[in-house]
Amino acid sequence: MSAPLLELKGITRHFSAKRSLAEHILGAFGHASAQPKILRAVEGVDLEIRKGEVLGLVGESGCGKSTLARVATGILPPTAGSLAYAGRDVATLSRAQRLEYLLKVQMVFQDPYASLDPRMNVERIVGEALAVHKLAPRGDIAARVEKALTEVGLDPAYAKRYPHQFSGGQRQRIGIARALAVEPDLLVCDEPVSALDVSIQAQIVNLFLDIRAKRAMTYLFVSHDLGIVRHVSDRVAIMYLGRIVEIGPAQEVFSSPAHPYAAALIGAIPSLSRRKRSFEPIPGEMPSPLAPPSGCPFHPRCAHALPVCSERRPVLAPIAPGRQAACHLHAAEAAS
Amino acid sequence: MTSLPRDGAPPLAIDTPIRRRVLLLARRRPTTRGSLLALLALALAVMLAPLLAPQNPYDLASLSVMDNRLAPGEQGMGGITYWLGTDSQGRDMLSAILHGMRTSLIVGVASTAIALAIGVAAGLVAAQFGGAIDSAIMRLVDFMLGFPSILVALVLLSAIGRGVDKVILAIVLVQWAQYARLMRAAAMVERRKEYIEAAVNFGLPTRHIMLAHLLPNSIGSVLVVATISIASAIALEATLSFLGVGVPVTQPSLGLLIANGFEFLLSGEYWIAVFPGLALVALIMSINLIGDRLRRSLNRRAL
Ligand SMILES: Nc1ncnc2c1ncn2[C@@H]1O[C@H](COP(=O)(O)OP(=O)(O)OP(=O)(O)O)[C@@H](O)[C@H]1O
Ligand code: SF4
Ligand SMILES: [Mg+2]
Repeated sequence: MSAPLLELKGITRHFSAKRSLAEHILGAFGHASAQPKILRAVEGVDLEIRKGEVLGLVGESGCGKSTLARVATGILPPTAGSLAYAGRDVATLSRAQRLEYLLKVQMVFQDPYASLDPRMNVERIVGEALAVHKLAPRGDIAARVEKALTEVGLDPAYAKRYPHQFSGGQRQRIGIARALAVEPDLLVCDEPVSALDVSIQAQIVNLFLDIRAKRAMTYLFVSHDLGIVRHVSDRVAIMYLGRIVEIGPAQEVFSSPAHPYAAALIGAIPSLSRRKRSFEPIPGEMPSPLAPPSGCPFHPRCAHALPVCSERRPVLAPIAPGRQAACHLHAAEAAS
Repeated sequence: MTSLPRDGAPPLAIDTPIRRRVLLLARRRPTTRGSLLALLALALAVMLAPLLAPQNPYDLASLSVMDNRLAPGEQGMGGITYWLGTDSQGRDMLSAILHGMRTSLIVGVASTAIALAIGVAAGLVAAQFGGAIDSAIMRLVDFMLGFPSILVALVLLSAIGRGVDKVILAIVLVQWAQYARLMRAAAMVERRKEYIEAAVNFGLPTRHIMLAHLLPNSIGSVLVVATISIASAIALEATLSFLGVGVPVTQPSLGLLIANGFEFLLSGEYWIAVFPGLALVALIMSINLIGDRLRRSLNRRAL
């Protein structure tokens, strides 16, 4: 249960932000900076996803969760840093090995409407990778599709139907079947239930747990919903402005968060009786990833900020067995 | 909520293929059905022109100069009735129109098909690869669209001479760019969707992603525009032929027939120009009506 299946080392992903029209005009007169702006979506993330675990990833909107998920699955190349799958650096893999990595690390998407090709029927959607890569003999593909559909709780009789004939929850099941058809080891789920009705969410979460039990599946589970993350995760990582600020066993992090941001986020967890699905906003806004603050990225909003916080960025450091946080408060504790 | 069409039929689904869309629309709308039937009749008449036409208008041996400029309905020397009259060389206008429409339709459909293929390929490549390839293609597109099409076609044809193939070439040259621009825009929207990311995640080859996913999902609106553009291609060809730089005299299209009859309009022999003109209007209108219905049905994503 401890060997890392996927290891992210110093993963950084920048986007070049488009300049606004006003900036273009100013630029033409030499008033704006000449170089294009850089959007720092993910900045130096180190993360281990261990075989068999469910690692939850939470953070406010725009903190880079989806970007990190896409880099982990190989959909987006990182700007810097490296990925190791089963101990091997993905950048050094041969063509065939790289395909194997891509297939073993599968994404489950957020939007059940945009994630299925509207012009393909379910059988083609789920069987496409098998057919194109010739992973199964032509005649066996229908049976493989049927098996995957059954596994996600869909009637294989629906195989000839098109996505628009299904509900959101059923479409999400089709997306999961598509991923399962290529026998992945790791499912990277990017807010897989946030677009669904509350009543359907629990069914899909339970499906993930069933798959985990049957296949010993590993998960990177991204969600806004702290209640769900707490329910499914073994470990949880808290992300802020492109960085991981705290990571540790889910029960410990949720019961005694160490990082002030994690504490604020978890303190804002809605009581289960009220069934509100997203956390209350923390006072202040997340700074723009175009111009991250100096020092600790959280210092403009932090209630515990020290003078050093605006000068030096705290690094992710062990604070207890299996737990890490990036905060000067804990460095000070450790020193005293 | 979109309101149901008057007959209460359910709206068409977004992914109804164009072919089915046309049939469904035709079943529901009398005007669409009318234009579709008209177009089918015209197309059939055109394909069977050599069989249907009472005479072969370009076999000079079968013409009799004695029959020249007969009014519609008059009988010629050989005892044939010329229902649409004859031209200055004694040619049966009905036969000339059937053959002329054939040329017009061939030019319109062939040039649109070729321009569509080139434009769609260019737009797809631009959207998929982006960067310098995209800039280069789109700069060329902007350059092409910067000139009035009639001007480009006129200049080109006066340089290379007339001929059916040359007119097709000229129309392709002025029309491919609009398809490239439309296709690129549509494909850029599709490319951002998660099903494309899923395809990348499966390590599917770029060529497969472009042909199996991007192409079928982005081509719908381009095809509709192409339907309407057949009409503008026919109009452009007619204009060029009317101006004398289009099809050769041995293979006159409707535009050239109008030009030939033009000089007789003032002397009262209206039929030599007017009947080919009416045929041209009928052809263009039936294509436009169908294209327009298609476009509106796509815009509202339902009937
Ligand atoms: N393709 C892209 N091009 C430019 N900027 C991008 C792109 N993808 C993401 N970003 C930017 O990167 C930042 C992080 O985005 P990301 O989607 O990873 O956040 P997120 O944590 O998943 O947010 P959410 O909870 O809203 O899904 C945002 O500022 C976003 O605008
Ligand atoms: S490092 Fe400073 S500003 Fe950042 S979270 Fe810790 S106390 Fe707050
Ligand atoms: Mg996201």
